[in-house]
Amino acid sequence: MDTNTILVGLAGVLAAAAPVLFAVLGETITERAGIINLSMNGSILLSAMGGFAIAQLTGSLMLGFLGGMLIGALVALIVAFSSITLHQSQVAVGFVLALAGRDLSYFLGVPYMNSSGPVLQGLPIPFLKDIPVLGVLLFRQNLITYISYILIFLVWLWIFRTRPGLMLRGIGERPAAAYVRGANVNLMRYVYTIIGGAFIGLAGPAFTLNVKAGWMGTQTGLDGIGWIALSITIFGGWNPIRAAFGAYLFSFLQWLGLVLQSQLPGVPTQVLQVAPFPLMILTLLLVNISDAEWVARILATLPEGARRFTIKLLRTLRASPPASLGVPFESE
Amino acid sequence: MKKNSWINVGFQVGALVVALLITTLLLVAAGAPPLKAYASIISGAFGSSNNIENILITWSPLLLTTAGVLITFSAGLWNIGIEGQMTLGAIFATGVLRALQNTQLPPALIIILGILAGVIGGALWAGLAGALKTFGGVNEIFGGLGLNFVSTALTIYLVFGPWKRPGVGSMSGTQPFDEKLWLPSLPHTELSLWALGISLLVIIAVYFMLRGTHLGLRLKAVGKNSKAAFLMGVPTWQYSMFAFLLCGAFAGLSGAIQVTSVYHRLLPNISNGYGFLGLLVAMLINYQALWAAPIAFFFAAVNIGSVQLQIQYKLDSSFAGVLQDLLVLLVLLGEGARQRFIKKG
Repeated sequence: MDTNTILVGLAGVLAAAAPVLFAVLGETITERAGIINLSMNGSILLSAMGGFAIAQLTGSLMLGFLGGMLIGALVALIVAFSSITLHQSQVAVGFVLALAGRDLSYFLGVPYMNSSGPVLQGLPIPFLKDIPVLGVLLFRQNLITYISYILIFLVWLWIFRTRPGLMLRGIGERPAAAYVRGANVNLMRYVYTIIGGAFIGLAGPAFTLNVKAGWMGTQTGLDGIGWIALSITIFGGWNPIRAAFGAYLFSFLQWLGLVLQSQLPGVPTQVLQVAPFPLMILTLLLVNISDAEWVARILATLPEGARRFTIKLLRTLRASPPASLGVPFESE
Repeated sequence: MKKNSWINVGFQVGALVVALLITTLLLVAAGAPPLKAYASIISGAFGSSNNIENILITWSPLLLTTAGVLITFSAGLWNIGIEGQMTLGAIFATGVLRALQNTQLPPALIIILGILAGVIGGALWAGLAGALKTFGGVNEIFGGLGLNFVSTALTIYLVFGPWKRPGVGSMSGTQPFDEKLWLPSLPHTELSLWALGISLLVIIAVYFMLRGTHLGLRLKAVGKNSKAAFLMGVPTWQYSMFAFLLCGAFAGLSGAIQVTSVYHRLLPNISNGYGFLGLLVAMLINYQALWAAPIAFFFAAVNIGSVQLQIQYKLDSSFAGVLQDLLVLLVLLGEGARQRFIKKG
């Protein structure tokens, strides 16, 4: 493989990561507010089918993407309503919605199967596209991929560098304190869950109108992506930049699987495609293990130098969830 | 009846009606006459003895996965990895059957060993998720999901790799076993009374275990408030681990039964969504083992009946899933609404 093929391949990795990226950013916002939206897998499939159907019926890509976001927001609204207002388990409702969204998309998507629809066209950015290496890699993509880059930084800025972002972290960590400071905790949780849901809903059309255009029912190749995005959110430690790194890493490993396929013809494609999962479990383990009691006990027995190094290493990897993730809030 | 129980029944019936209303609208949207569609589901489920046999064949694995997750739910655990545990059960059972099929051992013994291997395989996979949770702090939902994907990959690898059919591997699975290695079934069907009997025994045992034993009570204590249980001297993590292992054993048994009595080989997607469906059943019955058998039977009937929809109206058979999912969703929402209503009233 020559350099240019590799560059084009890596540019493809960035583009293919966009759907996962949207979903991960949406889930990060939602969980920062203290709500787990477990419905992602269903939400993404339904918005993928719905977004494609809307774009095909209206001929408008814009409406397709907006429709997807609306579907994602509506599913998130059910999660928010059932957990915040009705005090039901977020995990239970989210899980059922994950299955319902998937089944609904297959049931309602039959008329749109294997038909052609509009596809997002490339939009190379003048001048920037001619920069060596980076031009091919970053600036010969299409609008939705550019939006995905920008969104990473916007979400990061919002969470860590603005006042409302500080409140957002507050309602996920210590809702009672945020409440005393004048935050309407439950209203804000509604708002962030719905906005996060809209991001998640963008992931669907970003796939069916862009990455792999069209709706092919169970053959769409999208089932499971929501569960992956959920793992990446944890991997990302609720930080948009680290989460984006996770999404790109996942996309890269999948691409690598396909490339290695030609080198190792004996191994079925599907096996290489799931290669990221054991890695994901391993990272989750590394991210969480410093909390375990026995680790602390073993660390205490290590010689001073090794202990300090290991503690430092574990601390860099470590990621704690928002303290009130999944915990309902009552003002009285 | 007390006033509150009437309210409870009211909310449950309300949830059922709303769920049916939504599915009816969906049928209309998909261009099918709703009443005829429901009628075809019912006739598809109970129209012939063949259909009823198919329901019973589906009922058995569903009972086992439901029994399993009732245990983990009691311990406050979300064992979403049950699909993978069922798959590992199928893989282990297939492995033992393949290894012993050309030996002189009596076939009955080989079948029993295969099923036992399946039980162990499922328990091991669940134990892995449990260990990740207990010793690694990895939430069982994420660990379980990851292991589900890994188990699927493992199946595909085996079917296309080391265990592929003579000639070329295909999605239709491994080479079917000789008929003497099939779990005995009724003539001209895959319905095995052995499989059904074992599954019913398991769900009955789980019912009694959770209802009236020391073990069940302590499991529930861990699930309701693990800190309090720990302070009261219940060894918490051992109980969580036990719940994982037992649930995995039932899931593995269910996978092994799919191999020995239904498909007679290993195929990709052998768990067929029964694990997730078991989670749904458990949620719908509000984790009360008493109702597991009838509701699991109802779900099995919906699954079998919906096949008819596909044939008659060209609708996707995922309609069964839609109906089941919406039913559970609305019962959960109805329960929330009821609690709010009673609190206010």
